[in-house]
Amino acid sequence: MNKLLSYKEKNTWIHHLSGITKLIFFLLWCITSAMTYDTRVLLIMIAVTLVIFAISKTEWKQISSVFKVVLFFMILNVVAIFILSPYQGCEIYGSRTVLTPLFAGHDLTSEELFYLFNVVIKYFTVTPAIFIFLVTTDPSEFAASMNGVGISYTISYSVAIALRYIPDIQDDFHRIRNAQEARGIEMSSKAKLMERIKRTSSIIFPLLFSTMDRIDVVSNAMELRGFGKKKKRTWYAQKKLRAMDYVVIIFTVVFCTAALVFTYYDGSRFYNPFI
Amino acid sequence: MEPIIEFKNFSFKYRAQQEPSLHDINLKIYPGEKILITGPSGCGKSTIAHCINALIPCSFAGDITGSITVDGSTPSKEGVFGMSTRVGTVLQDTDGQFIGLTVAEDLAFALENDAIPHDEMHRRVREVADVVSMKDFMKHAPTELSGGQKQRVSMGGVLVDNVKILLFDEPLANLDPATGKKTIALIDEICKKKDVTAIIIEHRLEDVLYKDVDRIIVVDDGRIIADDNPDSMLCSDVLNKTGVREPLYVTAIKHAGAIIKPEDHPQHIETMNVEPYSAAVRKWFESTVLPTHKNDNPYVLETENLCFAYTEGVPVLSDINFKIRKGEMLSIVGKNGAGKSTLSSLICGFYKPSSGRILLSGSDISPLSIKERGEKIGLVMQSPNQMISKPMIREEVGLGLAVRGVPEDEINKKVDDTLRICGLYPYRNWPVSALSFGQKKRVSIASILVMDPEILILDEPTAGQDYRHYTEIMEFLKKLNKEMGLTILMITHDMHLMLEYTDRAIVLADGHMITDESPANVLTDQEVADKAYLKQTSLYDLAMKCGIDDTSEFVDRFIEFERNAQQGKTTSAGKEPSPAGGVLA
Repeated sequence: MNKLLSYKEKNTWIHHLSGITKLIFFLLWCITSAMTYDTRVLLIMIAVTLVIFAISKTEWKQISSVFKVVLFFMILNVVAIFILSPYQGCEIYGSRTVLTPLFAGHDLTSEELFYLFNVVIKYFTVTPAIFIFLVTTDPSEFAASMNGVGISYTISYSVAIALRYIPDIQDDFHRIRNAQEARGIEMSSKAKLMERIKRTSSIIFPLLFSTMDRIDVVSNAMELRGFGKKKKRTWYAQKKLRAMDYVVIIFTVVFCTAALVFTYYDGSRFYNPFI
Repeated sequence: MEPIIEFKNFSFKYRAQQEPSLHDINLKIYPGEKILITGPSGCGKSTIAHCINALIPCSFAGDITGSITVDGSTPSKEGVFGMSTRVGTVLQDTDGQFIGLTVAEDLAFALENDAIPHDEMHRRVREVADVVSMKDFMKHAPTELSGGQKQRVSMGGVLVDNVKILLFDEPLANLDPATGKKTIALIDEICKKKDVTAIIIEHRLEDVLYKDVDRIIVVDDGRIIADDNPDSMLCSDVLNKTGVREPLYVTAIKHAGAIIKPEDHPQHIETMNVEPYSAAVRKWFESTVLPTHKNDNPYVLETENLCFAYTEGVPVLSDINFKIRKGEMLSIVGKNGAGKSTLSSLICGFYKPSSGRILLSGSDISPLSIKERGEKIGLVMQSPNQMISKPMIREEVGLGLAVRGVPEDEINKKVDDTLRICGLYPYRNWPVSALSFGQKKRVSIASILVMDPEILILDEPTAGQDYRHYTEIMEFLKKLNKEMGLTILMITHDMHLMLEYTDRAIVLADGHMITDESPANVLTDQEVADKAYLKQTSLYDLAMKCGIDDTSEFVDRFIEFERNAQQGKTTSAGKEPSPAGGVLA
């Protein structure tokens, strides 16, 4: 994960925002874009995220690999919708304008196309919000931010622990795999798939045991330094909320409320251009 | 003065065990004292530490009789949290203790848990970073730090709480000798600066004694058997009897037949009055004969201009050249990150060299796969838990043969033979989980030996083991070397190991091979020792002080004498160095 979406320290006001602010933005943004199918709202949201993207100086290479994965799933999703329910759009918009008949039961309609277009732009509103949160927030701040929006600190801290120890466990994994391979347990593509799956156990068990050892040490170490002592906990990496944070939070709340009001004003969450 | 820690007729039995682990402990420790608690593994010294920081009985349940008072209160009532603000515990596993994502966060961890306000927390973290000299590394992740730096962070992480007592649980176990020395100096410095009571639990006695301690407490079999100042302690034979290794210069003087007196201050060789003993030492030096054993076997492993880099332009290893004869037992030494593990990974084929060649019995091994190399070169990892993947001993040992499609009766025969060699035959039908750590280590060695390798590479074979277990494992390896003619390479930073059990040391520093010499030469050469983060042996100082110029020869003769004494011990006992069984259990 570290390699895919890496946090980079940059001097922009978005980087200076508290993680709490960015998490609130991220959550509200996702909720809003999940609820609305109003094309106009979604297009405005895309415009806003693109502006934020430019301000945060996020480089393409920071996000390209993950973006491609998201793109893949988006295409999969769109194709699946068209195959499974080719007339979903017609149901929603209450009309049927056939462009070209493709094959039995799968006519291409403008309504379906418009519906799929909405699905696509929903992806484009949510994905950048995730990227912005991940590439502009110091991982050290994740746990503090989660705790800041009301998640209990023991659960929040497990995120920090995971970020801390995943690289160690990866190292263990490589070392164990190498040693087992030297013993003759072939894990490379030379072995057959079934064999490989069976032989994975020869890596999983040692990994499990050494991880258990580690958990023992870590949990004792945490307890010895007072983790869980009090109901509340402060965070070294937490950034204090400043004026700009309040501005962003208020803007986000107002924008999202307005977007939802606008969407549901006529009783449907879809914008219907076919009337 | 009131003691800050007091055990009165204290006994403790773990719930899962039959016998108490501590018997009738009476111990007083006074504020500002610096105490070393030592003894063999499993003697109960860590149990004492756990009683002080309340992990006993809060995390490890059991029955307590008698009383313990720490800073005026009872740990079992205060609980681990209550004690954590008075007793700071530094664990031996610096990676496990490093909880934060960065140095600053780890230093702040205890303060965060105490819900200390943001600004005060930042101020206190800055202060403590200054004390442990980690100010310039505040944003570093643990992977970017050396072992010594992590150790500093661990110490800072407990000092930040303004604790009165510092408890070190084997602080040297994972450090190379030079870093260990620095750690001891840092502990000493902190004790002076912060007015704390320090308790160091460690069996590497000589390393701890680099700086003054007030008292040494020896624990054996759950009882305190000695409690005295270091000078008197070194003059007695308590340490030897309990299997704690004395400083080498003390052993050497004792071998010379002299009786050391406390008033000559044997605590540090630098300040010790050697005068009364130098004649005896010289005489002993001259009378010890060194046999010449020559190895003319053909070369089994050679490297030619071996280089390796993960990313181009940043070499991890450059230009490594060495030749190893069949039947040699040698060590690869150097500080953490010098390239020792990379070298073994290249030999085993986990990485491909950027340039250069590796020859096995004269032929290039680059076409061989990892698996094919594994049949000739066996790799034993540091922790047996990293290797063992089958529930039963026989299955585990036979695994390498089974995946190579060897017929079953042949596997059975070979497994039985190997188990006999390794002293594990009586346990052949046991589950692995029933074995002790030392026995598991043997299982992991057996599972490699079963494939009849020509070369055995061991990564830190004795890390974290006390003298008794260390001797057992090493004598076992020596036996394999002698009787089976196995070539053994050990990656280590244990100076005793390289001195006593290897004939040659390949020394790496920053990816270069700086020397390939006898261990005695390496450890008496200040420059090489410094570069490799080793420590010049105290035998060197002793020899110099006694007017013996050929220090390396002195070290060699000392080792020869020790080896003979070791053999005398094992033959007089009438059996092989006990195969597993009692001692290891």
